[in-house]
Amino acid sequence: MTEALSNPRPLDAEPARPSSSLFAHARYVLSDNPITGFSFALFLMIALAALIGPYVVPHDPLASDTSAALQPPTWKHWFGTDQLGRDIFSRVVTATRLDFVIALSSVALVFVMGGFAGIAAGFYGGWTDRIVSRLADTIMAFPLFVLAMGIVAALGNTVTNIVIATAIVNFPLYARVARAEANVRRDAGYVQAARLSGNSDARILLTQILPNIMPIMMVQISLTMGYAILNAAGLSFIGLGVKPPTPEWGIMVAEGATNIISGEWWIALFPGAALMIAVFCFNLLGDGLRDLVDPQRRT
Amino acid sequence: MSGEHLVNEHVRLSNHPPGLPLLAVKNLTVEFQTRRGVVQAVRNVDIEVAKGETLAIVGESGSGKSVTSYAVMRILDRAGRIAEGSVVFSGIDMRQASDEQMRDLRGREMSMIFQNPRAALNPIRKVGHQIEDVLRQHALAGSDDIKAKAIDILEQVRIARPAERYHAYPFELSGGMCQRVVIALALACRPQLLIADEPTTGLDVTTQKTVMDLVTELTRQRGMSTILITHDLDLAATYCDRVVVMEKGQVVETATAARIFKAPQHPYTRRLLRATPKPGGTLRGLLPEDEATGARHAARASEDKAPGDAESAPPLLAVEALVKEYPRAGVSGHGLLGFLKREKKADADASVFRAVDGISFTVGRGESVGLVGESGCGKSTTSSMVMRLIDHSAGKIVFDGEDIGAIPAKSFARLPLRRRIQMVFQDPTDSLNPRYTAARAIADPILRLGAIKGRAAIRARCEELAGLVGLPTALLDRFPHQLSGGQKARVGIARAIALEPELVILDEPTAALDVSVQAVVLNLLHDLKEQFAMSYLFVSHDLNVVRLLCDRVIVMQAGRIVEEGPTQSVLYAPQAAYTRQLLAAIPRPQL
Amino acid sequence: MAALIGKRLLTVIPTLVGVIIVTFLLTRVLPGDPAVYFAGPAATPESIAEIRKSLGLDLSLPEQFGRYVGDLVRGNFGNSLSTGQPVAAEIASRLPASAELTLAGLFLSLAIALPLGILAAVKQGSWIDHACRMVTTAGVSLPVFFTGLLLVYIFYYALGWSPAPVGRLDAFATAPPSLTGFHLVDTLVAGDFETFRAALGQLALPAVTLSIFSLAPIARMTRASMLAVLSSEFVRTARASGLSPRTVVITYAFRNAMLPVVTTLGMVFSFLLGANVLVEKVFAWPGIGSYAVEALLQSDFAPVQGFVLTMAVLYVALNLLIDVLYSIIDPRVRLEG
Repeated sequence: MTEALSNPRPLDAEPARPSSSLFAHARYVLSDNPITGFSFALFLMIALAALIGPYVVPHDPLASDTSAALQPPTWKHWFGTDQLGRDIFSRVVTATRLDFVIALSSVALVFVMGGFAGIAAGFYGGWTDRIVSRLADTIMAFPLFVLAMGIVAALGNTVTNIVIATAIVNFPLYARVARAEANVRRDAGYVQAARLSGNSDARILLTQILPNIMPIMMVQISLTMGYAILNAAGLSFIGLGVKPPTPEWGIMVAEGATNIISGEWWIALFPGAALMIAVFCFNLLGDGLRDLVDPQRRT
Repeated sequence: MSGEHLVNEHVRLSNHPPGLPLLAVKNLTVEFQTRRGVVQAVRNVDIEVAKGETLAIVGESGSGKSVTSYAVMRILDRAGRIAEGSVVFSGIDMRQASDEQMRDLRGREMSMIFQNPRAALNPIRKVGHQIEDVLRQHALAGSDDIKAKAIDILEQVRIARPAERYHAYPFELSGGMCQRVVIALALACRPQLLIADEPTTGLDVTTQKTVMDLVTELTRQRGMSTILITHDLDLAATYCDRVVVMEKGQVVETATAARIFKAPQHPYTRRLLRATPKPGGTLRGLLPEDEATGARHAARASEDKAPGDAESAPPLLAVEALVKEYPRAGVSGHGLLGFLKREKKADADASVFRAVDGISFTVGRGESVGLVGESGCGKSTTSSMVMRLIDHSAGKIVFDGEDIGAIPAKSFARLPLRRRIQMVFQDPTDSLNPRYTAARAIADPILRLGAIKGRAAIRARCEELAGLVGLPTALLDRFPHQLSGGQKARVGIARAIALEPELVILDEPTAALDVSVQAVVLNLLHDLKEQFAMSYLFVSHDLNVVRLLCDRVIVMQAGRIVEEGPTQSVLYAPQAAYTRQLLAAIPRPQL
Repeated sequence: MAALIGKRLLTVIPTLVGVIIVTFLLTRVLPGDPAVYFAGPAATPESIAEIRKSLGLDLSLPEQFGRYVGDLVRGNFGNSLSTGQPVAAEIASRLPASAELTLAGLFLSLAIALPLGILAAVKQGSWIDHACRMVTTAGVSLPVFFTGLLLVYIFYYALGWSPAPVGRLDAFATAPPSLTGFHLVDTLVAGDFETFRAALGQLALPAVTLSIFSLAPIARMTRASMLAVLSSEFVRTARASGLSPRTVVITYAFRNAMLPVVTTLGMVFSFLLGANVLVEKVFAWPGIGSYAVEALLQSDFAPVQGFVLTMAVLYVALNLLIDVLYSIIDPRVRLEG
C-alpha cells in the first residue's frame, strides 16, 4: 500500500519520474541525515592523516626526551608527552597510517575470500555450500577475539599475522551475508530470464548476481571496518603484533594504562580517543551507506 | 441482499439516532508525509454506510481504498494523518474521540479483517488465546467462561474440531483456515461494522467463495454493516448492496451494485467494467471503447482462428507421463548453530512428494493452451520443466520431435534450441535485473543467442521490438524502477519474443497487474501470437482470463490432469467435478 | 522438548570436532620447531630430542592428533611452561572469576538494553529514541580497554569512589570459602556482608565496562526488531481489535521481537568473551583471560591452547542454551523440529 502511495501512478500511461537516480537518492539521504555527511568528512580527515600524517607532524614520533617526560598537554606538546618524553600528538597522527592499513588490508582480504566463498555457496548450493558453511560454522564456534589471539600466537607475533587473523575471524560474517544474498537471487525472475537468454552460470554470477550484491557487500565492509580496527588494536593492547616503540593506537593505550592510576590521563586518552573516533566514523558511515543502498532497512 | 435483519440482541450504543447512517464519512482527505513531500492519498471522499448495509469500495492499486478504511479505524501509520473532513460512526465523531474511546470502539463496535490472513495472526500465540485477548479486552467474558466462548466463536466460523484447534498455532493452519480465525477475531465481540480489506486476495477461488459466503452469512445473521474493499468488481457486485468506485484517491461513482453494472455513469467505471474479463466477453471488449475500435487492432482482429490444423500436423510440444518428485521438506536450524542455514536432506523421512504426477499433453503449432489450476496443483512446476529450468523425475518432453527432457537443465541454456522456447514471467518487477536498462534487458537474449551482431544493429532490433510491444522507445534507456508495472510487463514480453521463439510459456503474466493493464497486455499477447505464429502455454489460475486467450484448456489438480479439451466445452460443459467446482466459485453478480 | 534438545546436542558434535581440529592445527602451524619452543631458551640438543619424543612430535600427524584427543578426553591440557602447573587445573581455578565477571556484565547490559530498545521503538523519533541511537553507535565504537581505563580514571583517581583495580578483592579482604566460586554468591552464603561489599566494589567497574560494550548490539537489535514487529500485520490486527497498548507491546510485539534478539545473544557472547580478556588485563582480574595473556607474552603455548579450547567449548555450550531458549519462545521450532 505504501509503495503505491509514495509513488502514485496512473494506470499504464505515463512513466514514473526518472528523478530517483542514485545521485538524487544520495542527496536525499545526506539531507535527511546530516550525520552521514559529517562522518564522510571525518573519514576524509582520517584518510588524509594516514596519507600525509607522518610527513607533517611537528615532532619525530620516535624521538625520546627524558627531560620532558610525562608532561601534560601544552602549546608545544598538544597532547602532552609520555614516559620517554615522546610527543603524543605526533605519535597519534603517525599511528593512523598503520591502523588504517591493518584494517583496510584485513577487510580487503576477507572481502575477497568471504565474498566469493559466500556467493559460490549461495548460488551453487550442494557441496560448495556445505564446505563453506562448515568452515564458517567452525570459525563461529570460537569467540572471535579469542580465536584471533590463538591464530596470532600460533602464526607468530607480527603485523601481517594480525591482518590474517582479523580476516579469518571476519570470514563468517562476509560469507554469511554474501551467501544469503546470492541464495535469494538464485531463483529471482531476472536470473531465470537470463538463463532463458542463454547465459551460462558463470556469466549469470558475474553479470546478474554480483552487481546486485555489491552494494550490500560495500555496506558490510564499512560496518566491519570499525570492528577490524578494534580487533587489531585489542590484539596490540595485550602485546601482540605491533612492537614498541612503533606508534600504534592500541599499544599506546597499553603504554599509558599504568599511568592512569597515578593521574597521567593524557598518555592513554588521546590514542584511545583517536581509536574511538575512527571506529565511530566507520560505523556511522556504514549506517549511512546502508540507508543509501536500502532505505527500508534503516533502523 | 438487503433482506430482513435479525434484531441485534446487544443494543449497546443506545444513543445511535434512528434514521442516520451507521458510518458517515464526509469530505475526508488523508495526507502522507513522503520523501517527495506531502501526498494526498485520499481526497474529499464521502461515504455512507447504513445499518445492515453491505458496501463495496472498488479501485485499482493506489486508488486510496485501503487508506480510507484505515482512516475510519484511525489506524493510519505514523506518516499518515487525516487532514480534513469528518468521520462519524454511530453518532460519535471519530476525529475528536480520545485514544481510549477509539480502543473501546475498535474490535467491539467496528472491526477489520486483512488481506494476508497468516500475517494477520500472531505467529507464536495459540489462536484460541488470541481470540481470548479480544474478549478479555472488551470485558465480554470472565475468566471462567472465556475458553468456552473462544471455542464457541471458532465453531461459528465453521472450524472443524474447534476445541482442538483452539490450541493450534497459525502456522499449523491452512490459509483459508487462518482467514476464518481472523474473521472469528473480528466478529468475537459482535461489532456493528466489519471492514474487510481484500479479504480473499491471494486465496484460491474455491477458498474465496467459502470465506465470502461465511462472512456474508455471519454478518447478515447479526444485522451488521460491512465494507468490502476489493479490486475485483465481480466480487463486489456479488456480495454487496452498493458499490463505491475510487480512482486516484477520489470517489468517482457511488451506486447500487446493479446500477454500476447496467448503467455505469463515470468513464472510469465503464473502463474498469470493460476491462474485467467476463463470460461471453471478447478479448477486444476488454479495451476502452475508443481503443478497441482503433485501427491498429481492428486491422487484424481475427478472433476466431480455426484450430483444425493443429490436429493434422505433429505437435510442437508433446509431454508424456511427466513426473516431478521432491523430497519432503526437512527442518532447518535456528540460532547461531544454524547460523548458515542449510537445507537438511530429509534422511529420516524418505517419502517423496509428487508435485507433478504423470501428466501428458500436447501443444500444436500456432496453438495456445491454457494450464489452469489452484495453488499447489503443479502447474508452475510443469512449466519450469517444459522450460528446461529444472529437471524432471520421469517422463518425456518432446519439442519438435526431439526429446529435450533428456538434456540436463544445466546445459540446455547454451543450446541453439534454447532460443525456440522462451517465457514471460509472472512478476514483471522481479524478472528484470534492477541494474539493466530496458534496452539491455531486451538485448540480453540477442547478445547471447541471437544472430544479430554490432551495437547499432542490436539497438535497432531493440527499438523494433519495443515498437512491437508498444513500449515508447524513449523509455528504453530507463531502469526498471523508473517504469510502471505495465511498462515492465512489456519489456518482459519484448525480451521473450526477441529471438522469435516458436513456443512461449506465459506464467501468470498478468497476475501482478491491475485489470486495466491486464486488458492491454492480454490483447498485446494475442496480437503478437497472430503476427509471429507462436504457440502459447498459458499458465493461470483465472479461468476467465484463460478463456480469452486459449484454444484449449488443461485443468490440473494435485499434480494430475483432471480435464482437457477445447476452451468452449471445458468452460460451458465441464465434465470433471473439480472443473465444475472451480467454475462455480467464480463470483458472478446476480443482477 | 527433550527430543529437540537431544537433536541439538547431536549437531554440537561436528562443531566440537571442528573446534578440536582447529586448536590442534594451531599448535601445528607454530613457527619453528615446537620442541625447541617448548624446551625453552636454555635447552640442549639432547633435551630437545627428549622433549620431541615426550611431546610425540616424532609421530605422524594422525597419530599426534590421536594422542591430542586422548589427552583431552583425560582432561590433560598439558603443563604450563612458566608455572609448571597443569593447565587444566589452573584454568579450572580461574574460570569462576571470569564467569562471574562476564555474567555480571551480561545481566547489567540486558537490564539496560532491553527496556531502552523497546522504549526507543515504541516512542520512535522521541528523545529516548535518539538517546538509544547515540548509545548504540557510541557503544560499539568504544574500545573496551579504553572504556575501562576511562572509568578507572574517573571513579578511582578523580572521584575516589571505586577501589584500586587490583583484582577480585583488595588486600584486606579474605576470599570466602569457595562454594560456587562466585564471590558474590559465596559471601552471601557465608553471611559475610563485609566481604560481599568489597567484592561488589571490585566487580562494579569491570562489569560496567563489559556492559557498556555489549549494550549496544542488544539495544540496537531490540529496537530494530521491535520496530519491524510493531509495523507487522498481526500487530495492526491486534490494534484494530482494540487491544490495549500494553497487551499489544508486551504480549504481541515483545515476544516476537525477542526471537532475533535471542539469536543476537550468540554474537554478543562472542564479543563478551573476547572483551573479557581485555577487561581482565585492565583490571588485573585473575580470570582465564589474563592467565592466557600472561602465557602468551612468555611464549608459553599450552595455556593459550587450553584457554582457546575452553572458551570455544563454553561458547558452544552457550549457543546450545540460546537454541533451547529460542525454541521455548518459538512454537514453530518446537513443533516442527
